[in-house]
Amino acid sequence: MKTFFRKIGAWLEDRTGIMAAITPILNHLVPPGAKWAYVFGSATLFCFILQVVTGIGLALLYQPSSDAAYQSLKFITDQAMFGRVLRGIHFFGASGMIIFVGVHMIRVYIMAAYKYPREMNWITGVFLLFLTIIMGFTGQLLRWDSNGVWSSVVAAQNLGRIPLIGTTLARLLLGGDTIGAQSLSRFFAYHVFLFPALIFGLIGLHLFLVIRNGISEPPKAGRPVDPKTYRKWYEAMLKREGVPFWPDAAWRDAMFGALVIIAIVGLAITFGPPALTQPPDPSLIKTTPAPDWYMLPIFALFALVPPRTESYLIFFGPVLAVGALLALPFLSGTGERSPIRRPWAVFGVVCVVIFVGALLVAGEIAPWSPRFDTKPVTEFVSYHNPQLERGAELFYKKGCQYCHMIRGEGGLKGPDLSLIGRTWTPDQLDVQIVNGKGGMPAYGGSLKQDELRAIVAFLSVQK
Amino acid sequence: MNQEKSETPEKNPAVAHSHPGQDSRRDFMMKVSLGLGGLAAAAVAVPVVGALVAPLLEDKPEVWRNVGAPDQFPVGTTKLVKFENADPLKWAGETARTAAWIRHEADGQFVAFSVNCTHLGCPVRWEADAELFMCPCHGGIYYRDGTVAAGPPPKPLPRYDVRIAQGQVQVGTAPIPITKFSDG
Repeated sequence: MKTFFRKIGAWLEDRTGIMAAITPILNHLVPPGAKWAYVFGSATLFCFILQVVTGIGLALLYQPSSDAAYQSLKFITDQAMFGRVLRGIHFFGASGMIIFVGVHMIRVYIMAAYKYPREMNWITGVFLLFLTIIMGFTGQLLRWDSNGVWSSVVAAQNLGRIPLIGTTLARLLLGGDTIGAQSLSRFFAYHVFLFPALIFGLIGLHLFLVIRNGISEPPKAGRPVDPKTYRKWYEAMLKREGVPFWPDAAWRDAMFGALVIIAIVGLAITFGPPALTQPPDPSLIKTTPAPDWYMLPIFALFALVPPRTESYLIFFGPVLAVGALLALPFLSGTGERSPIRRPWAVFGVVCVVIFVGALLVAGEIAPWSPRFDTKPVTEFVSYHNPQLERGAELFYKKGCQYCHMIRGEGGLKGPDLSLIGRTWTPDQLDVQIVNGKGGMPAYGGSLKQDELRAIVAFLSVQK
Repeated sequence: MNQEKSETPEKNPAVAHSHPGQDSRRDFMMKVSLGLGGLAAAAVAVPVVGALVAPLLEDKPEVWRNVGAPDQFPVGTTKLVKFENADPLKWAGETARTAAWIRHEADGQFVAFSVNCTHLGCPVRWEADAELFMCPCHGGIYYRDGTVAAGPPPKPLPRYDVRIAQGQVQVGTAPIPITKFSDG
């Protein structure tokens, strides 16, 4: 039996030469220090393969048309065999891909692996980063519920801010003037054909470059990269102390990748996919669109920057970000690689991580949004004085409580008014409510005199 | 190139054995195949690019949609109306629906606002008691006349055409209002 299989193997090898082609790649030497810090790139690749496989599974069940997608998603989630887990894996796999792209990129930057001769490794990686984000976003739209529909409007609005061609691009994205029959099939084509094809090609190039330029050795302080001598030195170092990729280094990638996939499947079984919101009917407007977690920092940024700067931010922000990332290996392509000798680089990474993390937290809390679901004050406080009772009621009905916290209930957009009566006189309250100011609407035009008095009276006793 | 080759014929046997006539023939065939390749690529590209840009080329005139009798809108109220957009293909299903806020200002005088916030397009809701439009996404707030009261929106809520015809309030369908760079 054994010889039979060996014969088949020998025949296949003779006619295809696959092993002859692959063996040198598997056996290529890598620096001995390339250990656990080096597994994040391959973890990203494992996540991508997971996305392709589960994506195919989902595409077998999904109806990419504007009128049927929601029904098919319900079917996948509630009825199809393992459909819930499949959607869950695809969701957590996307999250994993975003996380590992980020960690891999930070590792490469901290260890300055982007320097000579690996500039093109970095550049192809930058494109892969943006394609990954685009895939995450277009995938979220395919969840064609009210969140998906409104996300696509937000995407169109973002494109609309591009000077001159913005409106045209927005129309192209939606497949017409409005959301309709052509919208979803467009996003489906982008998410399933166009961008994955680009990612496949770029991953191929990225991996080819990794083999061609060699895996970067762990940096050492006082051993700068000099283009004149680096390649020769690297070759000599590999010959002297390099270890074959398979199996000496590859087992770490394989083990970490397997653990990542097991974790993703575990999360999918435990938590399931993100719940579907209302159907994709654009006339159902009682909805609170919010992006998946990896887009929340950008969502938060749009709420926090001064409105005047926003068009510039939406347009120049991505342009500058891509430009800076692409320029990096040309601005500092040689010299020291060790993070100990590059304190500003490490400081920069820490700043970016804190900045993005803070925006993520802010996006989760969304203190700038009115809290439509807040409970009226009258539910937990009652006054004997009818004017105060009315004031408390109006405080909720006029929308004050959507933005102002009072006695632990209410929104976060405006100041907490639980103790406002201690520091503000009725006159000051009056003026503020009538004229508005600093992000607060002026109520002068919509409040009757006695309503205003009741609210002021109610606020004055909050001390 | 050709000159170099003829100077060192012994290095390339193919060139060495070729006649001058064959050289220009090969050159010609190369150009023909490049031209044919370009033609083939263009022939394929036309329908593909056509499919991509087709939605831009279709001309969609404004369509008037009935949204109810005038007495369904008491004076001074703002009400959500739902109607079909300008170009509903059969398979659009419920996504062909769209909405607007209609305000009955004074007797027979109607205003129709887009439901899309001018900041990033999220749907604004009318809070009748507060007489404010509020956006759930980034906290944009508008007064009852559509002007910005608070938050990041760069301009007032866009208005749709509205008229009374055949005893019905009618709204003119319009594209989703896209805020431009110069607006903000």
